[in-house]
Amino acid sequence: MQLDLLLWLIPVPPVAAFFVIWLFTNRSRGLSHAVAIVSILTSWALSLIVFFNVIGLKDFGKTVIGSSVPWLPTGESVFRMGVLADPLTAVMLFFVPLCCTMIFVYSVGYQNYGKPRDPHDKVGEPPHNGVEPMYSRFFAFLSLFAFGMLTLVVADNLLLMFVGWEIMGLCSYLLIGFWYGRNYDHPKKITPRGAAVKAFITTRVGDVVMLLGIAYLYFMTTTEEAHHILGKAAGTLSFRDILYNAKFLEYLAEQPSVIVGLSVAALIGIFLFIGTVGKSAQFPLHVWLPDAMEGPTPVSAMIHAAAMVSAGVYAVIRMYPLMSAGWEEGHALTPPMLAMGAIGAFTALFASTIAVTQRDVKKVLAYSTISQLGFMIAALGIGAYVAAAFHLMTHAFFKALLFLGSGSVIHGVEHGAHHSNEHLDPQDMFNMGGLRKKMPITFWTFLIGGFALAGFPFITAGFWSKDEILADAFANNQIVFYMLVISAVLTAFYTMRQIALTFLGEPRTHSAEHASENVWTMTYPLIFLAIFALFSGFVGVPKDIAELGFNNFSKFVSATLVEKPHHPEFTFVPMIFSIVAALGGLGLGWLVYGMKPLKAGQKDPLAVLGPIYTLLENKYYFDELYEFIFGRPARWIASVLVYQIMDRTIISHFPRDPNRARTELFTGGHVGGACLRRRLLFAIHRVVAVMREQ
Amino acid sequence: MEFILSRIVSLTLFTPLIGMIIVGLIPSDQKNAVRWTAFLASLVPAAFSIALWFAYAQNAHGMRFEETLVWYAPIGAAYHVGVDGLSVPMILLTGILTPLAILASFSVEDRVKPYMMLFLMLEMGMFGVFASLDLLLFFLFWEIGLVPMYFLINQWGGKDRRAASFKFFVYTMAGSLGLLLSIQLIGLTTGTFDIVKLMTVWPKFNKEVLTFMPIESIKTVAFFAFTLAFAIKVPMWPFHTWLPDAHTEAPTAGSMILAGVLLKLGAFGFLRLVLPLFPAQAQAFAPWLAVLAMIAIVMGAFAAFGQTDFKRLVAYSSVNHMGFVVLGISVAAWVGGSTNEALRESAAIAATGAVLQMFNHGLSSAAMFFLVGVVYERAHTRDLNEIGGGIWQYAPIYGGIVIFCSMSSLGLPGLNGFVSEFMTVRGSWPVFTLVTAISMIGVLFTGLYILKAIRAVLHGPKNPKWAGHGMEMNVREIATVLPLMALMLLLGVWPWPLASVINEAVLKLLH
Repeated sequence: MQLDLLLWLIPVPPVAAFFVIWLFTNRSRGLSHAVAIVSILTSWALSLIVFFNVIGLKDFGKTVIGSSVPWLPTGESVFRMGVLADPLTAVMLFFVPLCCTMIFVYSVGYQNYGKPRDPHDKVGEPPHNGVEPMYSRFFAFLSLFAFGMLTLVVADNLLLMFVGWEIMGLCSYLLIGFWYGRNYDHPKKITPRGAAVKAFITTRVGDVVMLLGIAYLYFMTTTEEAHHILGKAAGTLSFRDILYNAKFLEYLAEQPSVIVGLSVAALIGIFLFIGTVGKSAQFPLHVWLPDAMEGPTPVSAMIHAAAMVSAGVYAVIRMYPLMSAGWEEGHALTPPMLAMGAIGAFTALFASTIAVTQRDVKKVLAYSTISQLGFMIAALGIGAYVAAAFHLMTHAFFKALLFLGSGSVIHGVEHGAHHSNEHLDPQDMFNMGGLRKKMPITFWTFLIGGFALAGFPFITAGFWSKDEILADAFANNQIVFYMLVISAVLTAFYTMRQIALTFLGEPRTHSAEHASENVWTMTYPLIFLAIFALFSGFVGVPKDIAELGFNNFSKFVSATLVEKPHHPEFTFVPMIFSIVAALGGLGLGWLVYGMKPLKAGQKDPLAVLGPIYTLLENKYYFDELYEFIFGRPARWIASVLVYQIMDRTIISHFPRDPNRARTELFTGGHVGGACLRRRLLFAIHRVVAVMREQ
Repeated sequence: MEFILSRIVSLTLFTPLIGMIIVGLIPSDQKNAVRWTAFLASLVPAAFSIALWFAYAQNAHGMRFEETLVWYAPIGAAYHVGVDGLSVPMILLTGILTPLAILASFSVEDRVKPYMMLFLMLEMGMFGVFASLDLLLFFLFWEIGLVPMYFLINQWGGKDRRAASFKFFVYTMAGSLGLLLSIQLIGLTTGTFDIVKLMTVWPKFNKEVLTFMPIESIKTVAFFAFTLAFAIKVPMWPFHTWLPDAHTEAPTAGSMILAGVLLKLGAFGFLRLVLPLFPAQAQAFAPWLAVLAMIAIVMGAFAAFGQTDFKRLVAYSSVNHMGFVVLGISVAAWVGGSTNEALRESAAIAATGAVLQMFNHGLSSAAMFFLVGVVYERAHTRDLNEIGGGIWQYAPIYGGIVIFCSMSSLGLPGLNGFVSEFMTVRGSWPVFTLVTAISMIGVLFTGLYILKAIRAVLHGPKNPKWAGHGMEMNVREIATVLPLMALMLLLGVWPWPLASVINEAVLKLLH
């Protein structure tokens, strides 16, 4: 069978599963999850076939696999949609369906399959101890989510990529708000439905700008010069045709854009990057991601590891040739790269400081995701193409593991709470403790995930990929390097804090006391992912450390680019930094939280930081700030300014009584100076009245 | 077959009239018989419009299926109809939407017979506008489309129906008046009303025929009169305020047709008459048109976001969405005579996007108004605060359908709205860069108002208020919206068939 045909087929099974579950099997839970899991397994199998075929290809990267079909007539030319597999796609194909499959299997246990429905459970709210009432719907949405991500991965052009991108946006909305009926006692706590809207809109801020970038780039491929340079490929958005054409990139980098001082390449790059800022939750559009924790935990894993946020980073990795168009090693960075370096490094540091003070086991991980994505973005900003891709892969493994692990913990504690009739927040780490003995598999796998996140030297995947980023940063940009090192220390510290609070010491509540290990559908995926969190890093060990024969990642992925990225000379300095950062952070965390585990009712030792602690705990008050400067004005403009004042008063002063209207119209009462003046006065009065009412 | 094909436009045009007469013969108290007859009668023109679509799409090339009959020779008026790539999709849309609107009206109990007859008459008027190739004929059908809608709102509407229908009437009439006068001016000057002939003659016409008015003034006056008439119909900002009122008061099916087809008459007028007949004036006015479109996109979205009435919210979404249509048209008007190939291609993309957007908005707005009607019929309120959410638990099917259709309206990739929105944005970016960039605020707020509506209706804890109201949709209602959903998905995944027909016509238009 032709490989490009297989590529076309990869996203198909999940979307078929979505429709089958929605239309036919939604009444049968077993059938629904069977359909979903079989479909994702099929996609995984197809992906693996493609993967193992392409890694054996000679000169893969120069030659690629793909095909396209005409999709839209555009004037005299035609826009084509297609699929593409180059080395970067291959990497994505390796980890995306794998993580998705694990998440699907895990969801079976997480949503209490096999238990009877608890009569107290309500549709639209999380189940207490019975099976999820909307079990089939959950798998339908998950399947659609996987479809979106796989579409994005195999897309050969920017527009198809955007299609997958937005479908994931919808799925994250649907899944974050999955428990759409849930209310909290605390009025200020965001509900799942609120978090869903927040996620969709915040990412959409980035998306609409990205859409402009796509339109702009698309237009640039149709100009006269572009026709000369691109030939038949003019008028497409195909990655291969645009990004592999050095001449075209040069043309874009030299052409002045609509904004003075920026080249076309720079402006398009910044537009596209803003899309990523939204999707990958970078500062200042990071606010949605922590609240996205309102969704069921498998969803968090989906958003944080396998799809969604990875998609944002993938997009900029994909567009890297454009972002760096006109840049040469050792010269000034291009504006998009500067933006990426600055925002990435800042976000990495900023998010890790917040993570240090969070109480919710999932929120810590959420901020760690934002921070780790910052690492990748910063890496791209300084030209570390391979390192970013490498960290994207290892991060997907260990973050999926950590999220599923935290879900397992929550599930265990919830079970304990049900058992001991205790009402508490099952996600608050201060309600846990001592789970090491209660949930051994979860503990050991979580430990592996946590150590990978912290970058524990040599034996975890996270170490190798983070080290790669730090090495590049050390060679290229010292400021970014030190920001990332500090962030790495904090990462190790809060990871240790999390592990200690959750698993070490004695249980601090009855619920934790009665927690128990979960069913195999939840633990097996953990074990499987733990293997990858440990060993997947060995594919990218620097040659100078060990001639293991594994160190092919860099060679393989960099073949995606026309010009092989420059690899910095190996030095031990950044590696020592990264070892010290990881061990130092973990050690510090151990000193504060591990040596003397907290007792029940004991406060967070970090609270000694006083106002700084409060500031961090409240996430620098960004939610409140945005509500004040965007939320409230937007609502006011919409309902008062535009609707009440503009439409109802100024434009449409139309009498509600037809008889009066008729007299005004037909006696000519509406013309003439006096009448006009009266109307104006009336309008002003109305405006004042409306504004007072508010 | 030949016989039918050679007369297919007239057959589509007048079968609703025959249907109307048949419905008229049924006794008024036989409500079910009236309903089913009307529905079946509307399926006949639907079948013809679909046949016309396939017949045209097979060989999409210029004006086809023309029919000419001398009508009133002394003043040069003729019955001249025909279709091209601009009108065929609109006729198809009308043909599909009318039976669905009639199906949606099965719950109407009050004076069913006249109601159904008005609907069929309305359908003929709409077909007529799209198919006319004679200015007088065009105007005739234009007015035929107005009257039944006035009565539908005035007689079957909500509690403020009189004020709303009157406002609708006055606004539309204000436009029609100028339209009629300008048509007569053109007829007097050139001696013909034939649109096809005028397309070649009128733009270059420079003979001074009328003594009281120089030809350039006639052209300018006629241009602004046409533009005003169509701008009110679209509606363009600031002529849009009749729309939310009319929609809010109109019966569900009336809103479906009003948003689905009637608004397109205005945009169609721009494409059929204004651009070909007044290229120079249109080009000069195009930047203003684009700015007004931008204001409509942004203000429409804001106003929709500011609503607490579900139906008014959907009504304002039309202002927002039709803004894209006008934006695309303004790009075509501006670039018209340019020799820059890249800009010409952009204009073609923008104009194709505009026509596609007309079709897509027809699907999504009809579906959305219908879905508002579904909840209104049961809850007897459209106020989002009064509904108070928590309906999804009672009506899972309804919830799924609402989300699907609102995603089409929101422009989610994979569904139809995205394709046309993207094409318009892509086409207008290089031409009206700043306008396009500001319009993006509207696109962002589209997301906000759609999600606001979903949240206020579906989400929230199970609402005890609606227990026992039978909130779930019935089979008839599902059957009404299902064809629309299928088309939304189909056009989102595979826009080629429709887009290529439109594209061909647009290239001709820009030539």
